[in-house]
Amino acid sequence: MHDSRAIPAPASTTTTQVATADHEEHNPALLHHFADAQQQKNAASLGMWLFLVTEIMFFGGMFCAYLIYRLQHFNAFAAGSQQLNIWMGAINTAVLIVSSVTVVLAVKAAEVGKRKLLTGYLVVTVLLGMTFLVVKGFEYKEKFEKHHVPGPTFNFTDKFDDNGKQIPVNSKEAELFFSLYFAMTGMHALHMIIGCGLFGTLAVLAWKGHYTPSYFTPIENAGLYWHLVDIIWIYLFPLLYLISRHS
Amino acid sequence: MVTKAATPVMPVDQTPKLNYLNNGHGLKSWLLTTDHKRIALLYLVSVSIFFFIGGIFAMLIRLELLTPEGDLLSADGYNKAFTQHGMIMVFFFLIPVVPAILGNFLVPLMIGAKDLAFPRINLLSWYLYITAGIIFLHCMLNGGVDTGWTFYSPFSTEYTNTNIVEAGIAVFIAGFSSIFTGLNFIVTVHRMRAPGMTWDRLPLFIWANYATSLIMILGTPVIAITIVLVAVERLFHLGIFDPHLGGDPLLFQHLFWFYSHPAVYIMILPSMGVISELIACFARKRIFGYKFVAISSMAIAVFGFLVWAHHMFVAGISLYAAMIFSFLSFSVGVPSAVKVFNWTATLYKASITYATPMLYAFGFIGLFTIGGLTGLMLATIGIDVHVTDTYFVVAHFHYVMVGGVLMGYLGGLHFWWPKITGRMYPEAWAKLSAMFVFFGFNLTFFPQFILGYLGMPRRYWQYPPEFQVLNVLSTAGASILAVGYLLPMIYLLWSLRYGPIADANPWNAAGLEWKTSSPPPTFNFDETPVVTWEAYNYDEIPEKELEAPVAR
Repeated sequence: MHDSRAIPAPASTTTTQVATADHEEHNPALLHHFADAQQQKNAASLGMWLFLVTEIMFFGGMFCAYLIYRLQHFNAFAAGSQQLNIWMGAINTAVLIVSSVTVVLAVKAAEVGKRKLLTGYLVVTVLLGMTFLVVKGFEYKEKFEKHHVPGPTFNFTDKFDDNGKQIPVNSKEAELFFSLYFAMTGMHALHMIIGCGLFGTLAVLAWKGHYTPSYFTPIENAGLYWHLVDIIWIYLFPLLYLISRHS
Repeated sequence: MVTKAATPVMPVDQTPKLNYLNNGHGLKSWLLTTDHKRIALLYLVSVSIFFFIGGIFAMLIRLELLTPEGDLLSADGYNKAFTQHGMIMVFFFLIPVVPAILGNFLVPLMIGAKDLAFPRINLLSWYLYITAGIIFLHCMLNGGVDTGWTFYSPFSTEYTNTNIVEAGIAVFIAGFSSIFTGLNFIVTVHRMRAPGMTWDRLPLFIWANYATSLIMILGTPVIAITIVLVAVERLFHLGIFDPHLGGDPLLFQHLFWFYSHPAVYIMILPSMGVISELIACFARKRIFGYKFVAISSMAIAVFGFLVWAHHMFVAGISLYAAMIFSFLSFSVGVPSAVKVFNWTATLYKASITYATPMLYAFGFIGLFTIGGLTGLMLATIGIDVHVTDTYFVVAHFHYVMVGGVLMGYLGGLHFWWPKITGRMYPEAWAKLSAMFVFFGFNLTFFPQFILGYLGMPRRYWQYPPEFQVLNVLSTAGASILAVGYLLPMIYLLWSLRYGPIADANPWNAAGLEWKTSSPPPTFNFDETPVVTWEAYNYDEIPEKELEAPVAR
């Protein structure tokens, strides 16, 4: 058959081989379209920071809703806030701060090429993350028991402050507080779960010797993600548990 | 910057040359590709399919409105038709069309890079787009959604019994496709420029896509969380927006438009970038006021985030807020006008070639000016209250979205077609279809300005008989417009096989993308280019007699 296309299939095998050979001369972690490892690292790091920006905007929508509704329904938010378990919240805050320290230590260990230490810190980080999630699970359980989960079974009446004075609370407004509580902490917990998966994967790869002092960008970038998720909790804890407590 | 590592050794003397199209064959080499040019073509095919589906719904709407009675569709069917039209066109066509097709193909080529910074994320973003598209089509075939593309609460959260959650998931996933494209572009422009390609030498198409990408990564997450909240409200009765549960529907509108107004700049900015390239090439001049045009893209991106509540003048926001948003909306007119005036000034005393891409560029300037000026009318609170939810608004945004975005896209597609495929398109047919598009478009949408001003509301399937003449004109125009869109689908496919073979630079254009072969090799350039010239240095390019395909 007459082939009128301009470009009949050429001997593409030769080029493929050339490209492959060229690729293998480099650092195996260096992708073909970067000029050098530094450019690749800079690109990855900028990309991660931009991703964190999108995360801030993502949570920002909910923080915005919280701010507006707290102004509109202050009494209900104060009453709802007093029903949260401040001790579990505080323990979780401490757990996350410690996990951020282990992340920093992991990055340092990667930088100096200590494979076992790196793996160890990554595993400890995962364990701390899981501790957070377990404590959070007990908190959610408590909410179910007290009928503080929004929906048909929601029940929030006759609340009293520390002095035994009755607080007039619109149940629907209190439900809104708990809607935001579950939306914000739920979305945060989802990010913790993703973070644990991420750090678990990194721990396996680190144990296999994937990361060297000349290439540990994934450790650094995952660390940035972990810190951001921590910081979001550092805002959630006072906003939800603390600032409306004694008003 | 250090000297570039050895570029992949390509057998340059080999004819025919190995290029990105014939380097690897078979379905797998396309579906698993990380080459930005191939991914652009994947987008070209899939976005075109969605444009076609969205167009079918548009035709259904226009056919229903041919007569004052509701005869073709049921009221419910009409609600679903305009909702599917809007959602498909906004989320699956207008937002990805220029960045994901032309941007994907051109951003690395124009800055002298081998690929985008994250080729695998680029491929992932296409798969997210396809996943979202399939979910949306599934939702559509299961009855669709009837809320309008705006998802307004409490109708979306409480009253409608259509599948909001599934449509929401589709939009959420499509949003992440868009975020990844934007993230990739920003990192690429920052980190992957060739030696000598400084910021003030970047083509204006790059500036436009950079500004677009900023909106993508800052705005899209907000619509994502808004849709998540709508979904959990429907599924778990978390009352964030539902007034029965203490929530506030106005908050939904604020969060929705915080993304969806900047989203119109996601759509129009890349097309503006295309127009700058076309005008410079076919007027054979450096764009008048290059820096102002570049900065105006950034200004539109910034101002675009501060005007969202002009969609809510009648929704119950305070008068003072409305006045501030009205003023800010006017201020977006300044950078937009800077572009239009500078393009016009570039044409002054230029030697202009009336090739098809330039016809689209002229169309863009005229239609965007009408769309933009009616936008200023709508930013005026008094007029807006009068014409809110009428066909005036419909006509306004179609002048910007279709008259602007589509004109830019089609102009760009014709301009870079020889680069993408290595073939020229048939010039006579292309000019004919450009004429169909321009006249069909005006006949479709200009009557809608009058209809809206006379008070015909949007989103109704019936209307008083006195509006029929204008509606018949509009439907007739839509048929002509449809021919104008179908023609390129036919002759561009034809040209893949029978079009004249294009050389590396058939337009004698100045961009870096024209300095490599057509179609480009897999890694774009045989050697990493070193840029020593300013953008659009047309006064330094010797005139060459353009080949036959271009009529002078």
